[in-house]
Amino acid sequence: MEKQNYTVSIYTENNLGLLSRIAAIFLKRHINIESITASPSEVNEVMRFIIVVNVSEEQIKKIVGQIEKQIEVIKAFYHTDVETIYQETALYKIKSEDFLDDHNIQDFIKETNARIVTVTKQFFVIEKTGKRTEVDALYEKLKPYGLMQFVRSGTIAVTKNEMPISGILEKFNTTNSLS
Amino acid sequence: MHVKTASFEKVSTKDTLTVSGAEAVIKCLLEEGVETIYGYPGGAIMPVYDELYKYQKEIHHVLTRHEQGATHAAQGYARVSGKVGVAIATSGPGATNLVTGIADAQIDSTPMVCITGQVGSHLLGSDAFQETDIVGISTPITKWNYQVTKAEEIPEVIAKAFYIAKSGRPGPVLVDITKDAQFATLEFSYKKCSGIRSYKPFPELNLLEIERAAEVINKAKKPMIVWGQGVILGGAEDLLKQVVEKAGIPAAWTILGLSALPTDHPLNVGMVGMHGNYGPNMLTNECDVLIAIGMRFDDRVTGNLEKYAKQAKVIHFEIDPAEINKNVKADYPVLGNVKESLKALLELLEPNSHENWHQKFKDMYKTEYEKVIKGNLDINKKELGMAEVIQQINNQSKGDAIIVSDVGQHQMAACRYAKFNSTRSNVTSGGLGTMGFALPAAIGAKMAKPDKDVVAVIGDGGYQMTIQELGTIFQTKVPVKIVLLNNGFLGMVRQWQQLFFDKRYASTTMVNPDFITIAKGYHIKAKQVSDRSQLKDAVREMMESEDAYFLEVKVEQEENVFPMIPTGAAVSEILLE
Repeated sequence: MEKQNYTVSIYTENNLGLLSRIAAIFLKRHINIESITASPSEVNEVMRFIIVVNVSEEQIKKIVGQIEKQIEVIKAFYHTDVETIYQETALYKIKSEDFLDDHNIQDFIKETNARIVTVTKQFFVIEKTGKRTEVDALYEKLKPYGLMQFVRSGTIAVTKNEMPISGILEKFNTTNSLS
Repeated sequence: MHVKTASFEKVSTKDTLTVSGAEAVIKCLLEEGVETIYGYPGGAIMPVYDELYKYQKEIHHVLTRHEQGATHAAQGYARVSGKVGVAIATSGPGATNLVTGIADAQIDSTPMVCITGQVGSHLLGSDAFQETDIVGISTPITKWNYQVTKAEEIPEVIAKAFYIAKSGRPGPVLVDITKDAQFATLEFSYKKCSGIRSYKPFPELNLLEIERAAEVINKAKKPMIVWGQGVILGGAEDLLKQVVEKAGIPAAWTILGLSALPTDHPLNVGMVGMHGNYGPNMLTNECDVLIAIGMRFDDRVTGNLEKYAKQAKVIHFEIDPAEINKNVKADYPVLGNVKESLKALLELLEPNSHENWHQKFKDMYKTEYEKVIKGNLDINKKELGMAEVIQQINNQSKGDAIIVSDVGQHQMAACRYAKFNSTRSNVTSGGLGTMGFALPAAIGAKMAKPDKDVVAVIGDGGYQMTIQELGTIFQTKVPVKIVLLNNGFLGMVRQWQQLFFDKRYASTTMVNPDFITIAKGYHIKAKQVSDRSQLKDAVREMMESEDAYFLEVKVEQEENVFPMIPTGAAVSEILLE
């Protein structure tokens, strides 16, 4: 089966051990995580993990099944790139002298809608937010100038379709009179 | 704002009581109806043991000789009683010694709560004496785990632990409690957990799925059922029997499904899998509808997946959505608790019988009898065979005993030949294949059902992995019967070496001690048999013994277990010799 990038969105309770529990599911199947982010979600006190992996659809279905099985996972979804709006952010640190000497760099920044975050005598920091491929493209362009540092965030994504988390939680609240 | 993520029953009394965290642990266990626990004390769990001293009339603590023994005893107790088994240990090595039992309980879906002591919370992460990250270690092998660092968390966490361990597809839960949380006080009140918002024990029944399944079954010409432990865990044994009888469907079992339907039920056609019976394995690849009930298509059951039941429509009754399509694609999945789904199915089934089809199973049994079983039970061959010993146990037990088997050749002999009349009588380590499981598991099994005979059938390899639990038997006087089938080899590995490694017997011969002297050292009645003429009387003496009894039977050294599906072969490529 053909492999492609899948974005797995996992809504969970805020529990200390959950990250390693979820990571272990990938580890056990020898699957490399391309990127991972965790943050509070749109629902009060519910966390959202976004994990990107490159696997087949058969694999991702099984993985999501195993993730949903974890006690403190409320719901997990998987989506392909076309089903999501996804972005990542990268920071590129470049020597000031290189930057000032070479007008190409300034052109790249304009063309790619990147942004200069900080300027000092020693270095510039450039920020780029966009699709993975766009971040990669700017990286390739800046690489010949000797990047002092480069760092990128994990992918964050929202889906085009609705994610019915609030509904799931609401249903629990109404069927179980919480004491 | 604090969000409630779990619901709890209303408090039974309005009064709260100031107690220590350690005492709260015991009170929680009592609230959950726990009567017997298995464990081993040590530094970080001492406050809890101090409370156990105080509560020794209410709660029976069994001191095993190793923490692994505590987990297996708790598993044996759980498997036989259907209740949650409880094991308790200290931090560090005490906790890590639980790991094998926890992994076994996870893969065999056994409800178990393990409580471990942990170093004081101010020492966490400092590599303190006997500190180990047991929550991290046990994460992939537990259904849930949690580290308690504050006394006031104890009642809620233990309530959740029991709820999670026993609900839905059961499994092991570990609660790690720091020593300071055991010493600190809390206002105690207990509420049983009744729901967790992120956890759904049972998928909701979908009647459409059941209707479609019933339709396919009603139209089937050559249907076959393969049931697993899900039937036992769901308490659906009687429903299975009714389904099998109403629709007249031959039914086979996985090793953990054994005993859900009596051995001598006419439609019980035996075991599937690597050393299962000839008929159900062969006919898996001939049936037109394969009805899997509460089983998970383990690789030891399916053999080569590419050649497994490809001709059949597969109906899969299953509680765990993650099992659907995991190994075998289900054409008709039926999610839900089997107790509910089989009940709904039963009403929709048309009475039927498939005599010609059933006859095929009987014919294949005859073939297997001629080629395998007759030889296994032959009393004219030179040396004693394992099956003969099991047969003698059957003759005495009449099928009413609980048989606890270890792992290896003797396990296959026990599961293939032992007779069972009632459910929850077969206790064995299926998924993990844990050698050393049987002796401690038998202790737990006997304590759960004191009025039943419990016979542990063990090989000389596995016996020596947990042989120290003879000390537990001696101390508690628990009258388990131990049958050691001694062939002087790690027999199953030796069999594979013979068949697949040109008889290079690398490290499989055992130079064994005098097992009779060892048993006697623990003041356990012991007898050795090597001659067939003594076997019957020796087994009778063991079965009639009021006390614990050790019977060593010297069996043929190089007997092989057949039938056998070699690795990578299809179920229908099963070998008879």
